[in-house]
Amino acid sequence: MRTSKSARAGQYAALLAYLAFLALPFLWLLSTAFKPPRELGSLHPTWIPRNPTLDNFRQAFDEQPLLHAAFNSLLAAASAALIAVLLATPMAYVMARHRSLLGRAATGWVVVSQAFPFVLVIIPLFLVLKNLRLIDSVFGLVMVYVVWSLPFALWMLVGYVRAVPPELEEAAAVDGAGRLRTLVFVTAPLLAPGIVATALFAFITAWNEFFFALVLLKTPEKQTLPVVLTHFIGAEGVADLGPLAAAAFLATLPSLVVFAVIQRRITGGMTAGAVKA
Amino acid sequence: MTLVTGTGRPAKRAPRAGPGGRRPFGGYGAWFLVLPALIPILVLSVGPLLYGILLAFTDAQSGRTASAQWIGTLNFQDLLHDRLFWESFRIGLVWAVGVTVPQFLLALGLALLLNQELRLRWLARALAIVPWAMPEVVVGIMWRLVYNPDAGVLNETLRDLGLGDGRDWLSGLATALPAVIVVGVWAGMPQTTVALLAGLQNTPRELHEAAAMDGAGAWRRFRTVTWPALRPIALAITALNLIWNFNSFALVYVLTNGGPGGRTRLPMLFAYEEAFRYGQFGYAAAMGCVMVALISVLLAVFLVGRLRGGDES
Repeated sequence: MRTSKSARAGQYAALLAYLAFLALPFLWLLSTAFKPPRELGSLHPTWIPRNPTLDNFRQAFDEQPLLHAAFNSLLAAASAALIAVLLATPMAYVMARHRSLLGRAATGWVVVSQAFPFVLVIIPLFLVLKNLRLIDSVFGLVMVYVVWSLPFALWMLVGYVRAVPPELEEAAAVDGAGRLRTLVFVTAPLLAPGIVATALFAFITAWNEFFFALVLLKTPEKQTLPVVLTHFIGAEGVADLGPLAAAAFLATLPSLVVFAVIQRRITGGMTAGAVKA
Repeated sequence: MTLVTGTGRPAKRAPRAGPGGRRPFGGYGAWFLVLPALIPILVLSVGPLLYGILLAFTDAQSGRTASAQWIGTLNFQDLLHDRLFWESFRIGLVWAVGVTVPQFLLALGLALLLNQELRLRWLARALAIVPWAMPEVVVGIMWRLVYNPDAGVLNETLRDLGLGDGRDWLSGLATALPAVIVVGVWAGMPQTTVALLAGLQNTPRELHEAAAMDGAGAWRRFRTVTWPALRPIALAITALNLIWNFNSFALVYVLTNGGPGGRTRLPMLFAYEEAFRYGQFGYAAAMGCVMVALISVLLAVFLVGRLRGGDES
């Protein structure tokens, strides 16, 4: 197709504007993280710190228990991701291979669960967990994260299961493999990449999650990274900008790295089921 | 939460009978596979939802020893006269629409660009994903740095351009809501872009070329070829964005915490304070019910209107 020269130029201008809008706030965060206090106080802040320093990072670790919070986040996110995938894979398999009332109800729940506001769920959840003595415990938070990431995990995994031809399973059955054997040795290996991508995505969502962690964890030693980050902002909204920026940047790194790894799979898997409707 | 497209799952694969009519897992086997996920879903998702609706009809409070009493629709009657709640609801609607519409238009523009053979496309694709991977709390912190009246880059840029001294964006009564809306647009663009881009890549290229041969201009090609193919996805993602944005919490909590003077107090922030600061569980649950009901109605009207509009054209 022909595109005129002026149209091309317009397209590039638009693309550059998008790039600026998307990238500049993040670059500013980076720049602030490396600025010494004197530059942060100056009335004419610059994009590139004149005297870059690592003091903000050191100070961030001194001010708040970041390492401890990161460990809590890691524990919560990793267990939630692992459990979610363990629970969701068999169910997704049934949903993909059998059309049943249950499958339809589950699909309905996947869609509806996206729509109701957390506030309607969090109060009863808070009361239920309180009765189970799971308030202010990482275990309680993990349980919430598992259920909360199941809709998306099911959605992704159903798509991946559909991509495995049932003929393969039938062939294994003809060769005399039992049901469980077929599932473990034929289907599971083919699903493995999809399962890993789904688990990593569940990991990121749990790592980034804020609302449930804010409500459910009260003891400072148990809080996760996003909650601890908000402690940098004082009651009056005054913040120590340098350490705040440094800590925020560090908290983002794991998500960014994991996301870079699975980006293609996620964007592909997410739309695979829906696009060809 | 990131379920992007909620419509039209292909439902064509009927259960296949294996050799001799045997399914890989039937009857009890299926239950055995489903139960591990089903139990937590029932206990921690469906159960609390129903429990929450019941709570709305009680005077449940936190930290009270006596058990909660049924009070019928008293919470809802109170809510009807709660001016602060309706003001918050109005702000929530302004926020949800104010974020969703620009989000959609900007994402559509970006998706159309990314669908072209442009240089730097890889960079834009990578960058477009960044806001998605970032924790919402960090997005809020980052924009606080941008909006900071002294050390922020926005005011500095305005000063450089000779456009005045800038202002304190997040605590100005007039600027706070627009300022947080910009952040909402930034944070939600990636998902929308990815969904629309997937839709674009599924529109038949041959049709495009045929239309170009017949001399259709870019705008006409978009209207007659691209848009009809994109519409189902556009509708689904817009509906979901409206819901997600209306329910959003962390961004505004970090940016303004509802201030100044309640100008950015979204319904979620309002209900959160009611429940966990003042301990009014029953009343907050009633708020949740009203929010769900009203949003469902509005959404139904939107979707029916859109779908009908499509049939006529």
